[in-house]
Amino acid sequence: MDFLNAIILLLNYLFVPALAYGSQLALGAIFVSLIYGILRFAYFTAGDLMSFGTMFTILFTWYFQSLGISLGFLPTALIAIPFGIIVTIFYVLLKDKLVFSYYRMKKSPPVMLAMVSIGTMFVTQAIVRIVIGPFDRRFFDGEKFIIKANEFKEMTGLNEGLAIKSTQVITLFVTIIVVSILFWFLNKTKTGKSMRAYSDNEDLALLSGIDPKKVVMITWVIAAILATVGGALYGLDKSFKPFTYFNNMLPIFAAAIVGGIGNPFGAFLGGYVIAFSEILLTYAYKKFFVYLLPESLEPDGLLQLLSTDYKFAVSFSILVIVLLFRPSGIFKGKVL
Amino acid sequence: MRKNLDVIAAYSIMLGLIILVGFLQSWSMALSILCLCLISAVMTIGANIQWGYAGLINFGIMGYTALGGLAAVLVSAPPVEEAWKAGGLDMLLCAFIVFSMILVIRLILKKFSKSKNRNYIIAAVIIAGLILLRLISAPAIESIEAVNPATTGFLGGMGLPILFSWIVGAFFAGGLAYVIGKIALGLRADYLAIATLLISEIVIAVIKHEDWLSRGVKNVIGLKRPVPYEIDLQGKEWFINLVQKFNQGSLNLISNSLEKQQALKQLVIESSTVFVKLCFAGLFTAVVIVLLIVTQKALYSPWGRMMRAIRDNEEAANAMGKNVVKQHLLIFVLGSAIVGIAGAMMVTYDGLFTPGSYRPMRYTFLIWVMVIVGGSGNNFGAILGGFAVWFLWIEAAPIALFLINLFTSGLEETNALKVHLINSIPYFRFLMMGVGLLLIMRYRPKGILPEKIKRV
Repeated sequence: MDFLNAIILLLNYLFVPALAYGSQLALGAIFVSLIYGILRFAYFTAGDLMSFGTMFTILFTWYFQSLGISLGFLPTALIAIPFGIIVTIFYVLLKDKLVFSYYRMKKSPPVMLAMVSIGTMFVTQAIVRIVIGPFDRRFFDGEKFIIKANEFKEMTGLNEGLAIKSTQVITLFVTIIVVSILFWFLNKTKTGKSMRAYSDNEDLALLSGIDPKKVVMITWVIAAILATVGGALYGLDKSFKPFTYFNNMLPIFAAAIVGGIGNPFGAFLGGYVIAFSEILLTYAYKKFFVYLLPESLEPDGLLQLLSTDYKFAVSFSILVIVLLFRPSGIFKGKVL
Repeated sequence: MRKNLDVIAAYSIMLGLIILVGFLQSWSMALSILCLCLISAVMTIGANIQWGYAGLINFGIMGYTALGGLAAVLVSAPPVEEAWKAGGLDMLLCAFIVFSMILVIRLILKKFSKSKNRNYIIAAVIIAGLILLRLISAPAIESIEAVNPATTGFLGGMGLPILFSWIVGAFFAGGLAYVIGKIALGLRADYLAIATLLISEIVIAVIKHEDWLSRGVKNVIGLKRPVPYEIDLQGKEWFINLVQKFNQGSLNLISNSLEKQQALKQLVIESSTVFVKLCFAGLFTAVVIVLLIVTQKALYSPWGRMMRAIRDNEEAANAMGKNVVKQHLLIFVLGSAIVGIAGAMMVTYDGLFTPGSYRPMRYTFLIWVMVIVGGSGNNFGAILGGFAVWFLWIEAAPIALFLINLFTSGLEETNALKVHLINSIPYFRFLMMGVGLLLIMRYRPKGILPEKIKRV
């Protein structure tokens, strides 16, 4: 019984939250990785693009709510996401046309493009803050929990409750759908294959008649979709605040590099690596061992490896270690 | 003289703008802008010698700035003796353990050849060391933080004059840069950017949460200034006389002696803040000028030529027998040390250390905007960038207000759009920075004052 309690405890506080957080990071990391592989620069606007997409999702959610449209027990935001995606796609394509295409034509070094993306980061951040403000916004509606801790306790008769938030399940569900469509697209369709070819060897791809404009455009479209979906899911699960989204850029980059930059599948797994290590290393294991060990061996301290203040620092340290020992990332991306 | 015309013109315009602020808003405001412009200029000199001279991207400026600030605290805050008694020795022991861990690992790396076993031994040393550290430091930290937590709760500093911290800050930042450089300088440019950005976040996390060292988010306030305090000045005979002399004309107009006394008192209070800021501005100008002379000399020395050669063609420079790795590390350390000075200057100016206020937008990306807008590779350009961008950053709000009123003049005062726009004025500065950066990068990619290369 104690053993079961211990397992449920870990599931409740470690596994489920980490899985949801990891999925949100993974979506971001995939598009950063794709942009790196195909457009060949570090895209510093990543976090703010996510907040841009989320902002429009929120605006559409409010609009639908004012019309009285809702999905019952599901959050209204789910119908708003496609509209948010469309606006974001327009925004990134416009940005590409006005800003990035010029440097691509000139074949500027990647550093230059990264700098330019800092300029667009400032602009995107300004737009988000001017339109919706810098405050914390919650836009979740519908049923909050799928299983409540108390219900679970009654159902099983265990001491520990397992609470599963509906947003966590939605996150996982949407991530699985989006990511499987994406990998199907990249691996099976002709356009997807041409994108991978372009990423592997630009000159060879151009020689074999791949249209670079189309490849670039589709990359941006995918980036916009992933950014909006990832951002909206994060906002549903926690809350929407532009500054948090900007900060999320850092673990996203860490996930993309840890997974092997330019390799979308690696980035996908990288998201989970970062999320799990952040939560595993900052969790206080005291209760877990109280259940497992006999009373005489019970620990005194919290048994926390690192204080939760260092959550971000964990992911960055992992990044540094990976860069030191395996610069191409765990799952072999491009060699840096 | 002719070829420096653009530099002189640009700087005159900048000075004119600041003086304009003095006339339109207030002299105190103009001088605070000037002081922060000067601090920004020191930061841009640091960033410029990394990016402009050597082509290294350092997005960790925030981290070095914060370390400089920490140095200011550790040098000038009065020591908390109780806390030292409670856990100071244990913390020193911890520092010793860290030091010996590094020595042991270096020794292992030297003595044993590369193998799996060596990695295991190193891992074992690190883990054992961490456990030992944890065992010793945890109770010590607890007792240090328990000492009068409302006012101290940290070890305090050395109680020395804060000016020393400018040098100490440089050493702190340079030391950190040495470690980071050893780890990350081999990476490709944009990876170096990401790695340094993330490492600077780690530095901030440590400063924010190690309360025994820096009081963390509880902030350290009331650091001693190197210049006189307003209150002291207001009581000083010579200062009152000075104010009287300066304002003779306007004071003579008032006939009533009581009113005259009142007017003089008001003037003394106002001028004391201006005087204090003037002192700061003088100190900062001295630092900027010294750094400018040194960096300018370095730029046109054989060493500067070598750095440019490395920047423009690393392989060729390598083939000529220049040690690229070593030079990169050197310039990384030097540039970061200068940023560390700026960090200490900033805390000196504010008189307080607030770890929570270090954010990458303000301390990393804004500095980069300064360097690129001003002109990378040209020290005068970088300094001008620091001035212009900081000026715009501060004055963006009034400018945005003016523009919004201009464009929405047809709308009523209560119009929802107008009210919303006016409420979000603070964020227009981000828009201006972004658009400015994009325009400069597109139409003048070398900055306002581009790099000039003297041909010998």
